Amino acid sequence: MDVINSSFGGRRRSRDTRLPPGQTLVDDWPVLSAGPTPNVDESRWSFSIMTEDKVTHRWNWDELHEVGVEDIVTDIHCVTHWSKLDMAWRGVPFDRLFEDVETSYDYVMVHCSGGYTTNLPLEDLLEGQAWIATEAEGEPLSQEHGGPARLLVPHLYFWKSAKWVLGMDMMPSDDPGFWEQNGYHLRGDPWREERYW
Amino acid sequence: MKTPSRIRWHLGRVISRRFETEAAVRLELDVPTWPGNNAGAHLDIRLTAPDGYQASRSYSLASSGESTRVVLVVQEVTTGEVSPFLVRYLAVGEEVQIQGPLGRFFVWKPTDPDRSPVQLIAGGSGVVPLFSMAAAREHEAEGAAFRLLYSVRSPRDTLFADELAGFSRTIVDIAHTRESAPGAGQPPGRLTRETIAASTFPASLSPRIFVCGPTPFVEAVAGWLVELGHDPARIRTERFGGMS
Repeated sequence: MDVINSSFGGRRRSRDTRLPPGQTLVDDWPVLSAGPTPNVDESRWSFSIMTEDKVTHRWNWDELHEVGVEDIVTDIHCVTHWSKLDMAWRGVPFDRLFEDVETSYDYVMVHCSGGYTTNLPLEDLLEGQAWIATEAEGEPLSQEHGGPARLLVPHLYFWKSAKWVLGMDMMPSDDPGFWEQNGYHLRGDPWREERYW
Repeated sequence: MKTPSRIRWHLGRVISRRFETEAAVRLELDVPTWPGNNAGAHLDIRLTAPDGYQASRSYSLASSGESTRVVLVVQEVTTGEVSPFLVRYLAVGEEVQIQGPLGRFFVWKPTDPDRSPVQLIAGGSGVVPLFSMAAAREHEAEGAAFRLLYSVRSPRDTLFADELAGFSRTIVDIAHTRESAPGAGQPPGRLTRETIAASTFPASLSPRIFVCGPTPFVEAVAGWLVELGHDPARIRTERFGGMS
């Protein structure tokens, strides 16, 4: 049922096969946040994973880096239709962080400074798919892009890559987080255009 | 997820278009299947070229309320591929695909039980969703106190100038950054923490605040509001573009 806009198309950008449907390449890096940018100091920052048994695994800034950082080159896709290709990141893989976490739950709720939350299935965080990122393009993450630390889950729309991340709780079912309660898709696969529900 | 999708593509036909400013067009669409306009929400437009090439972009609604009429004000981004088409070529009678209304966070509803004052702060074309909220408030006999602070380059760049001048339920302050109105009595200039303090509801009234504009504008304004004592949780932001 697509309508044809007969005079449209003259100024098209090049179409890269790495672009999911409905996405457009950008050169800059847009900033999107629901509220003011919080000021999170890395000297007081920590990241925690809490299980159903109320066991909390916690890493401060230095401890996180001791877990072992990786360099990642990946594409990112925002639900607002922009994508950036081949971004260079540095972060700690969730596979390492979950090595000692004992849980029978399949989902996590991510918590951030400022009250933002987002839900993810555990299987979207493991097997080399997700990191806690602390650098992008060779620089420490700037505050407006989530510094000092954000999630990086590049195979899902970027609202899942929560900024100013502080921790996550294991949860038994896939309950919606902040944007998911406000009309965005529960999972958000860019290749299936899971934008809204 | 078993819930069927609430959001789907609609066909909208352009029923009027006119230049709002030199670089922005006001488009009115008739969308027979449209579920209504939440003030402050946005929609996605999808364009399809004759060879099947498609491009989608998000735009804020300028319309509000239960209606199958959708109003957009689109400012041309000269290096863009969709806004130049919408501003210069999309003709009356032509159809586009639209999806929405989208977003339940950056919206204002007349039925909202929170009766605190509502402060709107716009930079440039960021005024569009805030205009839609203030216009929705105009139609209510009672409701929260509204105030709009609109930062724009010059009088001739001002969107919704006529409507804003006619609002009776929203206090409107327009700050010109580059060129003042003739006889304005004050020089143009960017907003500062002091000008914001002077022309917005104070933190003591615990207003809800909506800020929309280019990213550097929103970063600066939201930071000042927090410094002025506003609760960050009461400040909602919508940004466009990077920091550059």
